[in-house]
Amino acid sequence: MSKKITGAEILIKSLIEEGVSTVFGYPGGVVLPLMDKLYSEKSVRFILTRHEQGAAHAADGYARATGKVGVCIATSGPGATNLVTGIATAYMDSIPVVAITGQVKSTLIGNDAFQEADMVGITRPITKHNYLVKDIKDLAKTVKEAFHVARTGRPGPVLIDLPVDVQMSEMVFKYPKTVDIKGYKPTYKGHIGQIKKIARAIAKSKRPLLYVGGGVILSGAHKEIIKLAKKTNIPVTMTMMGLGAFPADDPLSLGMLGMHGTAYANHAVQSSDLIIAVGARFDDRVTGRLDTFAPNATFAHIDIDPASVSKNIPVDIPVIGDCKEVLKELNKIVKKPDITQWHKTIKKWKKELPLKYKGDNNLRPQYVIERVQKLTKDRKHVIITTEVGQNQMWAAQYFKFTEPRTWLSSGGLGTMGYGFPAAIGAQVGKPDSLVIDIAGDGSIQMNIQELATAVSEKLPVKIVILNNGYLGMVRQWQELFYKRRYAYTVMAEDVRKMCPDFVKLAESYGVKGIRVTKKSGVDKALKEAFKTKGPVVMDFLIEREENVFPMVPAGEAIDRMIHGLA
Amino acid sequence: MSKFVISALVENKFGVLARIAGLFSARGFNIDSLAVGETEDPKTSRMTIVVEADERILEQVKKQLNKLIDVIRVQDLTGGKYVGVELILIKVKADNTKIRERIVQIVDSTGAEVVDIGKKFVTVEETGDEHKINALIELLRPYGIVEIARTGKIALSSDI
Repeated sequence: MSKKITGAEILIKSLIEEGVSTVFGYPGGVVLPLMDKLYSEKSVRFILTRHEQGAAHAADGYARATGKVGVCIATSGPGATNLVTGIATAYMDSIPVVAITGQVKSTLIGNDAFQEADMVGITRPITKHNYLVKDIKDLAKTVKEAFHVARTGRPGPVLIDLPVDVQMSEMVFKYPKTVDIKGYKPTYKGHIGQIKKIARAIAKSKRPLLYVGGGVILSGAHKEIIKLAKKTNIPVTMTMMGLGAFPADDPLSLGMLGMHGTAYANHAVQSSDLIIAVGARFDDRVTGRLDTFAPNATFAHIDIDPASVSKNIPVDIPVIGDCKEVLKELNKIVKKPDITQWHKTIKKWKKELPLKYKGDNNLRPQYVIERVQKLTKDRKHVIITTEVGQNQMWAAQYFKFTEPRTWLSSGGLGTMGYGFPAAIGAQVGKPDSLVIDIAGDGSIQMNIQELATAVSEKLPVKIVILNNGYLGMVRQWQELFYKRRYAYTVMAEDVRKMCPDFVKLAESYGVKGIRVTKKSGVDKALKEAFKTKGPVVMDFLIEREENVFPMVPAGEAIDRMIHGLA
Repeated sequence: MSKFVISALVENKFGVLARIAGLFSARGFNIDSLAVGETEDPKTSRMTIVVEADERILEQVKKQLNKLIDVIRVQDLTGGKYVGVELILIKVKADNTKIRERIVQIVDSTGAEVVDIGKKFVTVEETGDEHKINALIELLRPYGIVEIARTGKIALSSDI
């Protein structure tokens, strides 16, 4: 007869069964039984963040960097609701995260008890699935299911709400070996007839284009996408979520498409006669005005989520399945089309409409990003995270990603404050990588408290603040579309009278702070930061009204770009 | 926009109705009616949902329903053959014998049933398709309809 153990212990043992070695979290009243047991569990590292939102983003960053399921824990009520933005961020980008929240005693649920919030209700539309475990008998099975649902099919976050009394009741632990959910059987193998149709469409296409999204990274299909591109010589454009799926330095790469995509990628889309979407979902930031998107193209779409197919754009050749599996099959039969003329056209666009910024002596953000890349070239493992706004778009445009899972950024939800805690999670999961958060002075303040986490957990994350004293992206829209009325986007009237002084702020956490005010100081600061063992905050006082170009105004056709610089 | 009848087999679990209702409201789909009850297997329930949609939205409704973990199977009955019925209770004003008699006459001729007779009101029950039910409502309307309760359509596919 096996020994009975508590619900808290069953949860921990179940996490270990799922291969969890790290959890991010924050304690509180109703997770005390769990925290107490975790405290003596040596095989699970508990990272105490300084805010639950930080824990959720860190779990997400950990998942994106490693491909494993990220786990975060918070107490009931406010602790749990603080996870919400992080869960929604993971949901929009299909990131496997399991969030565990404490809940008030099961007999008190529904009584407006202290620190009670209906988490299953609140997170229903932002989780792939969620559970309230009312009986210890269901606990192990629920954890098993939660991890299965989070990591299979189109991945996503799953929440488990666990009342305090269930954590304390006792039962013999037995972990189920298999999962069988009647209503959940994702399709992995693509329909071969449909795959053949794509091969035929490629063979007769004159202007084909691969449109690659985050699904390729999630499915681990980057090698297959490279093979497909090489075999067919078809140019590749990536969504922001797809960056890293195909090497940006490859001649076939057109970089990112969409609102801040390259002009040549957007022109290629609009001129293409065959768009092969792989693990992408025709988001509005990609398509611009829908009825003008790729007007001459036949659409093929490979995706594991049937609901993503023909949602925004009617698709001619849908293939439901895992990107990797489907691409493997496609690579077996696909033939090289004759597209010499297409390449000539694209080459011309690339030459005439490159990404560019002013190469003067002012300190410009694009230059900082180029130098970050240059000065980390000799390192094998570099991970870039970003906040949201101009910092994110400059990083997406000017850092040339060549490997999957090295670019972590909140795409779908566009969450300011994501980058730094995500960098912490990535650093935990990839201790040998150099992890750099490209931030703005607005975004970084949304989760700046996590500096304490980086220090106490010895996580040497480097923060590059592109400080313009504005909420830059919103200010850019105000400049272009609201007659330069900078309504509530001014963070500092004069960046030199800092509020806050990021260097002093860093120092107050015991973190090295470096300020850079001139272009000539960029390399020195970056070199110093990269050789520093601990975390570093770099405060680059950049050209204040630098804009992100090209830019497609919201709701316009994507070839109607504002180019800015001539 | 037209009406479609969707039959969803779902896990008979706490919160399933909220998941489905939430999905419809979050994605802006219009529910005409929704009826739910246990099936031959107590672990599953069947939901019959009548939605007002165009073909493109209908496609999304089906796909999004299928995406829910607790939804086992989704069938669009509209295209094929199916039987669909609804139950309605109609409370009609009837404060004198003459009117009561007339109502009973109507009820007898339509195959409906009187389920309650009081001093002021008569309550009539009818089951059947939309056409039959709407016809009865129109016949009773002149007497003054006080209250109506209807279940929404329930439906099963048919093999003939």
